[in-house]
Amino acid sequence: MAETTTEAGGGHGGGGGHSPLEQFEIHTIAEFKLGGLDLSFTNASLMMVIAVLLVTTLMVFGTRRGALVPGRLQSVSELSYEFVANLIRDTIGNEGRRYFPLLFTLFMFILFGNLLGMVPYSFTFTSQIIVTFAMAIVVFAGVTVLGFMRHGVHFFSFFVPPGTPIWMWPLLIPIEVISYLSRPISLSVRLFANMLAGHTLLKVIASFVALMGVFGVLPLAGVVALTGLEILIAFLQAYVFTILTCLYINDALHMH
Amino acid sequence: MPQLDPSNYAGQIFWLVISFVALYWVLVRLALPRIADVLEARQHKIDDDLDRAAAAKQEADKVLAAYDKRLAEGRDEAQGLLRQAAEEMAAEAAKRHESLAAKLAGEVKAAETRILEAKTAAVRSIGEVAAEVAQSAARRLIGIEVDGKTAGAAVEAAMRGSD
Repeated sequence: MAETTTEAGGGHGGGGGHSPLEQFEIHTIAEFKLGGLDLSFTNASLMMVIAVLLVTTLMVFGTRRGALVPGRLQSVSELSYEFVANLIRDTIGNEGRRYFPLLFTLFMFILFGNLLGMVPYSFTFTSQIIVTFAMAIVVFAGVTVLGFMRHGVHFFSFFVPPGTPIWMWPLLIPIEVISYLSRPISLSVRLFANMLAGHTLLKVIASFVALMGVFGVLPLAGVVALTGLEILIAFLQAYVFTILTCLYINDALHMH
Repeated sequence: MPQLDPSNYAGQIFWLVISFVALYWVLVRLALPRIADVLEARQHKIDDDLDRAAAAKQEADKVLAAYDKRLAEGRDEAQGLLRQAAEEMAAEAAKRHESLAAKLAGEVKAAETRILEAKTAAVRSIGEVAAEVAQSAARRLIGIEVDGKTAGAAVEAAMRGSD
């Protein structure tokens, strides 16, 4: 039943389960253990590798000819290049050029992770909190190190909003510190929760299609509309993750 | 929720790091420099083309200015020629008019002399006729033979007196 549901809704999920969370389950494809750690190649790893291969195909083979007048693939790769480049120029300025390769990789990796999740029967690795949190914590740690490298001990003044009276400091500094420390959490949970909620909702609504018989067209239409919305969200969340990283880098470079 | 099962965390992070680093390496080594080159080459090409277009436009402007100048010169020249021709024609007309007037004046004068001559001749013949008339009238009326000379003088005196 659930299988046909998934198919009819063009939905997501890796097999015949009843829970809408079934689609987030990780299955081992090839066992691989190292020093007691389970580093098996799973469906999540497979999707990561596929994302890498797709981005590589787009960016390397798309620009293979380096034509002056670009073809389709080359246009797409140049468009994404200029999109991220403009994003960095607008938020960080010229100094941000150094971080372009990293931010571009981040954007493309998340974008393709999100978009790959929209393919039926695939797996959305950006819906794994550990994946988004790992990326967010690396961004957070990197930005903090960058801030201390740039400003030394003065970076602590980041936690004191300029122009506040000294008697407010005991109140404001903890707030600022907490908000700073919650950055990796909000960054990772935003992406994770968006993906989780979107795919769960799709699955739930898709399960109504078969249950409602003839009236299943209604949830089917809903699933179609939601799929469009989810593709938009896939772009949006990749953009949000990247622009927030840009803003954090800008904070570290220029303080307030 | 499968996401909260820590048993797969190590594996996920491991494969995340591997794929992310691989993607980063590929992009930095192969893709990004190539795209940057292409974009730069295109910008160069566009700038070059724009420069060339600007030069061509300048050239065209120059040619147009030369053409306009040449056209203005031609127009001036044509106007000069027209004016000259008009002047020549006016002078010719004046000359002809003058000569015609002179000729006509001569003819008028000749005609006047002829008229005067005719008039004097007529006056003289009138005197002779009058003298003859006076001679014959005197002979018939009073029977005196007046000679021609005296009659002529009398007629002349009478005509002068009546003037």
